Amino acid sequence: MSKSTAFSWIRPEPWGIHIVPADTWVDPGRAVERALVTHGHADHARGGHGETIATPATLAIMDLRYNTREGAVGVEYGETLRLQGGVDATFFPAGHVLGSAQVLLEHAGERVVITGDYKRRPDPTCAPFEVVPCDVFITEATFGLPVFTHPPIEEEMAKLLGALEANPDSCVLVGAYALGKAQRVIAELRAAGHHAPIYLHGAMEKMCRLYEEHGVPLGELRLVSDHEKDDMRGSIVIAPPSALNDRWSRRLPNPITAMASGWMRVRQRARQRGVEIPLIISDHADWNELTRTIAEVNPQETWITHGREEALLRWCELHQRKARALALVGREDEDE
Amino acid sequence: MKAFAALLDALIYTTSRNRKLALVADYLRTTPDPDRGYALAALTGELDFPAVKSSTIRNLMADRVDPVLWTLSRDFVGDTAETASLLWPEDDISEASDVSVAKVVERLSGLNRNTAPGELAKLLDGLDSNGRFALIKLATGAMRIGVSARLAKTAFAQAFDVNVEEVEEYWHALSPPYAELFHWAADGGDPPNVSNVPRFRPFMLAHPLEDGTVDLAEYAAEWKWDGIRVQLVRVAGETRLYSRSGDDISASFPELLDVLPMDAVLDGELLVRGAAQGGEEGGAASFNALQQRLGRKTVSKKMLKEAPAFVRLYDALIIEGEDLREQAWEARRKALENLVPRLPDSHFDLSALVEARDFTHLAEIRETAREEAIEGLMLKRRDSAYIAGRKVGLWYKWKRDPLLVDCVLMYAQRGSGKRSSFYSDYTFGCWDGDPDNGAELLPVGKAYSGFTDAELKKLDKLVRQTTLNRFGPVREVERTLVFEVAFDSVHSSKRHKSGLAMRFPRIHRIRWDKPVHEADRIETLRALIKD
Ligand SMILES: [Zn+2]
Ligand SMILES: [Zn+2]
Repeated sequence: MSKSTAFSWIRPEPWGIHIVPADTWVDPGRAVERALVTHGHADHARGGHGETIATPATLAIMDLRYNTREGAVGVEYGETLRLQGGVDATFFPAGHVLGSAQVLLEHAGERVVITGDYKRRPDPTCAPFEVVPCDVFITEATFGLPVFTHPPIEEEMAKLLGALEANPDSCVLVGAYALGKAQRVIAELRAAGHHAPIYLHGAMEKMCRLYEEHGVPLGELRLVSDHEKDDMRGSIVIAPPSALNDRWSRRLPNPITAMASGWMRVRQRARQRGVEIPLIISDHADWNELTRTIAEVNPQETWITHGREEALLRWCELHQRKARALALVGREDEDE
Repeated sequence: MKAFAALLDALIYTTSRNRKLALVADYLRTTPDPDRGYALAALTGELDFPAVKSSTIRNLMADRVDPVLWTLSRDFVGDTAETASLLWPEDDISEASDVSVAKVVERLSGLNRNTAPGELAKLLDGLDSNGRFALIKLATGAMRIGVSARLAKTAFAQAFDVNVEEVEEYWHALSPPYAELFHWAADGGDPPNVSNVPRFRPFMLAHPLEDGTVDLAEYAAEWKWDGIRVQLVRVAGETRLYSRSGDDISASFPELLDVLPMDAVLDGELLVRGAAQGGEEGGAASFNALQQRLGRKTVSKKMLKEAPAFVRLYDALIIEGEDLREQAWEARRKALENLVPRLPDSHFDLSALVEARDFTHLAEIRETAREEAIEGLMLKRRDSAYIAGRKVGLWYKWKRDPLLVDCVLMYAQRGSGKRSSFYSDYTFGCWDGDPDNGAELLPVGKAYSGFTDAELKKLDKLVRQTTLNRFGPVREVERTLVFEVAFDSVHSSKRHKSGLAMRFPRIHRIRWDKPVHEADRIETLRALIKD
């Protein structure tokens, strides 16, 4: 096969990326015969595939969430898997959440990298992103606007611990996505020297245990439902964002609402959710990380999915890089 | 600027009034002069830098950010100041340097149109993104962070443990950075000398007369007119008009600024000419007509001609240098009655006393108040001095009984602060015809008070169980519940589909028992319109 096929063997469709010669899909939004899954978030992973190829940690997460033990094929970072039709697939760390991976696909001398979701910041709960040179770089763009610059996480931890100290009769309720964000916030709190028990919403418990089984220590965790209101004064409570203003929060002692999300960079977003302490903590690359990564990977073409493609396209145009936007469905504004 | 920027941010994210008060008070206590004074002026919108416009900011950004990236960002963020603060190119900001609020105000004040962009850019270069946000908000004068003048004054009083009425007295006579005010409150210095300024004096206010009666030998009765309470102040020839909260509303009513022939401080009701509030004094229009004139910075000739304002006088605090506030109401009333003939009747009249044989007779007279679009009656102790604030036993307001109507719950919205986990704001409607013949409900009002905590819990549960649709924080519910809604009056309104708007609606009773088709119809409400 000659080079003139120009990546025609890889085809973006609305519900996922199709590797044509292998008849295999990456992060498909519907059940398929064979799927490569980058990580366990619901907009990438789902049950019902005939065969699911992913890292062992991602497979464990998927099994917890969707009961996908059947047809699971584990691949370690750096390990290459030969698919049908002469396509090689290698997983590299994406630094997004536990088990998250970029997928390098090689076929007919062409290299395509699909990032899934990624970030460049250090994260004590997962392996760091690796730059993988390629011809086509398919990147996410969740925070693909120049207004999104995530501050150092130490600053955000100081904000959170400061609020805790200033309000000894309250608890600080932190809204955090149940897979990844919650565990990262806990691990960063421990790194900042906060070793007191942290209280969890019931929906967090199993995922935290899974992280610990995969070698991420989280310190002493307690369930809100096992404790009285007064026990939780002066403590941090972690719950999914949907529980922040829910009836569930009435069992907490005078909670001060915080939320850990990249969207908290924008004041109006935080106010809409009634957040009193916005914590700008994201598991996605910010604008500077996105643009720096494109420059470092230095592909012939950049394909953009998953978020604000327009601004990143414009950046590529301004920097004379060939780029196109892929319209994958169901990937906008994730509650990250 | 760092402390001020942090204060702004904290205020933006705080919904509780008490926490806002504590934040502002804390800042005022811990920040040196003159920064705290300028910050206070900025929060209450009393700083104006005409050389800096929103377009100044946009032009600065156009030189620094690709226009496509700017537009995409601005559309997403929704606020020019915030977008600019986030996109401003950031070189190394030296940690140590923190420019003071006073320095910023000084530099902004000295700007003209030509120097503004360059100077503003220099200031922005020295700040981090929160600091830039605060600077742009300060410079363009568009804070909108939910701090009213009243809240700021209350926070000031709380910070230094002084009387809020006194703060109010001095406040309007001084200008930023209010050095004399801080000297007095924070350092125990002499009170500011404000004798030559047409300043606001805090109003004497009334308690509602719940039940019970008063003896008319001790209390005088007077109509309570349906306008806005104002204070007209003339000192050394200069006249100003203040609203009940102490806001200077002179600019909205220029026709009242050169008609008071002597220095005085007078208390009255601001009304516009019309037919709805007759009485013996001649016509005043309904509150609706007055509302058209509120909040305007400039007033057209047409408006001055069609809806001219006048003051119906209740009381006199000072007349030609003589302070009457220590005197009994009877003496002040006599002085006011002697004064009124000296005032132009085009702009002033006297609020008449209501004569009644006894309290029962007064109650009968009050019943007729509705026909005259009057809010009710005031009862004033004859021997009482004019005392700022709301002291028990001196003045009572005896509003006419509220109107009642049965409405059906249609939508519910989450509350704020302590109520943020409850659906506590209710929109209700009335039938636009016969409900048994296919009529529909049209929203007629919204209320978030008038029920107990226990009832709130029950209502919240009902909303969650009967939700039909969700629109952001709002839920549409099945039509199952009737509220008996109390309100003061109803007016025609083009803004609402029902064509009317209630004043002061609140939940009077929850009619768990009542079937929805027995709720009232729009036409019942329409018959009560008194525009
Ligand atoms: Zn993800
Ligand atoms: Zn994603």
